[in-house]
Amino acid sequence: MKTKVGLSLFLAFGLMISELWAEEYKNMVFVAGDKSLAEWVLPEEPPYPAGNKPTPARVELGKMLYFDPRISGDGNMSCATCHSPLFGWSDGLATAKGFKSQVLGRASPSIINTGFNHLQMWDGRKKSLEEQAVGPMEANVEMNTDFDKMFALLKSLSGYVNAFEAAYPGKGINKDTVAKAIASYERTIISNTSPFDAWIKGDNMALTKQQVEGFKLFVNPEKGNCAVCHSAPNFVDDGFHNIGLKSFGIDKPDMGRHAQRPLNLMKGAFKTPTLRDVALSYPYFHDGSEKTLRGVVDHYSDGGVVKANLSPNMKKLSLTDDEKEKIVVFLETLTSPVKPFTLPILPHK
Amino acid sequence: MKLLTTLFAIFAMQLSVQVFSEEFTVGQKNKSFTVKEMTLKVGDTINFLNEDPFFHNVFSLSDIQFFDLGSYPKGTSKPVVFNTPGSVEVECAIHPEMFLKIDVKN
Repeated sequence: MKTKVGLSLFLAFGLMISELWAEEYKNMVFVAGDKSLAEWVLPEEPPYPAGNKPTPARVELGKMLYFDPRISGDGNMSCATCHSPLFGWSDGLATAKGFKSQVLGRASPSIINTGFNHLQMWDGRKKSLEEQAVGPMEANVEMNTDFDKMFALLKSLSGYVNAFEAAYPGKGINKDTVAKAIASYERTIISNTSPFDAWIKGDNMALTKQQVEGFKLFVNPEKGNCAVCHSAPNFVDDGFHNIGLKSFGIDKPDMGRHAQRPLNLMKGAFKTPTLRDVALSYPYFHDGSEKTLRGVVDHYSDGGVVKANLSPNMKKLSLTDDEKEKIVVFLETLTSPVKPFTLPILPHK
Repeated sequence: MKLLTTLFAIFAMQLSVQVFSEEFTVGQKNKSFTVKEMTLKVGDTINFLNEDPFFHNVFSLSDIQFFDLGSYPKGTSKPVVFNTPGSVEVECAIHPEMFLKIDVKN
């Protein structure tokens, strides 16, 4: 009886949400550049914390550190090993490989537009890019950096000594300046020149009719219902959700955000990732269990696999094949044109 | 007689709390609380009202008062009575940038 009452309340809440969200949807005009869509325009640059305004010297230093494998314990892993521009700033693996190639439990998240996030990591345990930047170095299952050895190396190379002095005059070479420099570089990894961005700003030729239909389905709470979490302008809500993946049904599953906030709703909940450049950052989900965007849309259309502790934003969508295909082609419009990329020459003396 | 006096005192205390305690409404709108800081008296109540078209899950893990209101949709409010003096930090589990600090005074 309790279950029935609970289910009725849940369905009633779901209907209420649908009606209210639907009203907002009705006010949207799906014409290129329409002011009702203005919230989807991404700011040119992400915010930065006091004391670490990005400068060319800081970004240049951060780029060298980001690509330098010598700062890891075995001298063979850099930040770019798991967050590589070759794979949409991820690694193309289902879940990451860490120190001595051990397979880790979660996928390497893309760092595209992560400067706009309020929290970092799948479980939000790092509050800023500066905090996050040295996290993998400190983790013995990831880069396993010997910091004494790393600082000795950096201080022995005049290229680095000069770069640190130019970026952070008088502050030295230490964990703080390393973290700040890497964070400054990561804030430059921005996707905001996609066909969708052009269309939102008024270029009505930037998207096809089918792609616009896909966007409509994406935001429509009665159809894709995607924007309830992947919201404007960075396609994130900075929130945590259990999306009913099969892996939550195993014995002792990854509890995600629950480790940081021990509340029932946070069991198996993970941070909403951005969808910008999503076509490049396969495979998908925090466990890397889905290889294609079509598979992702199928998952949401089914309302998830494991229903225990499911996010209240999840519901069975029952999309048609045509609707699913339109959402996928829309997601592909979120890819910014690839710009020429220059790797840094690392200091060797 | 002593028992009667005690009962009267308890009744008077309850009456004074009921008379002087207040109720407030704090909204959750645009992924923010409608106020960032509040000062309450012991016994005051806050009704946490969801004004966003999606779910919120208001909670506090503060030492002096733990509560987890669970997830609830727009138009729904849930009350919390603050019975212990001290500082209470309130957040939303789904949207962690939401933050409200409450100072509960005697």
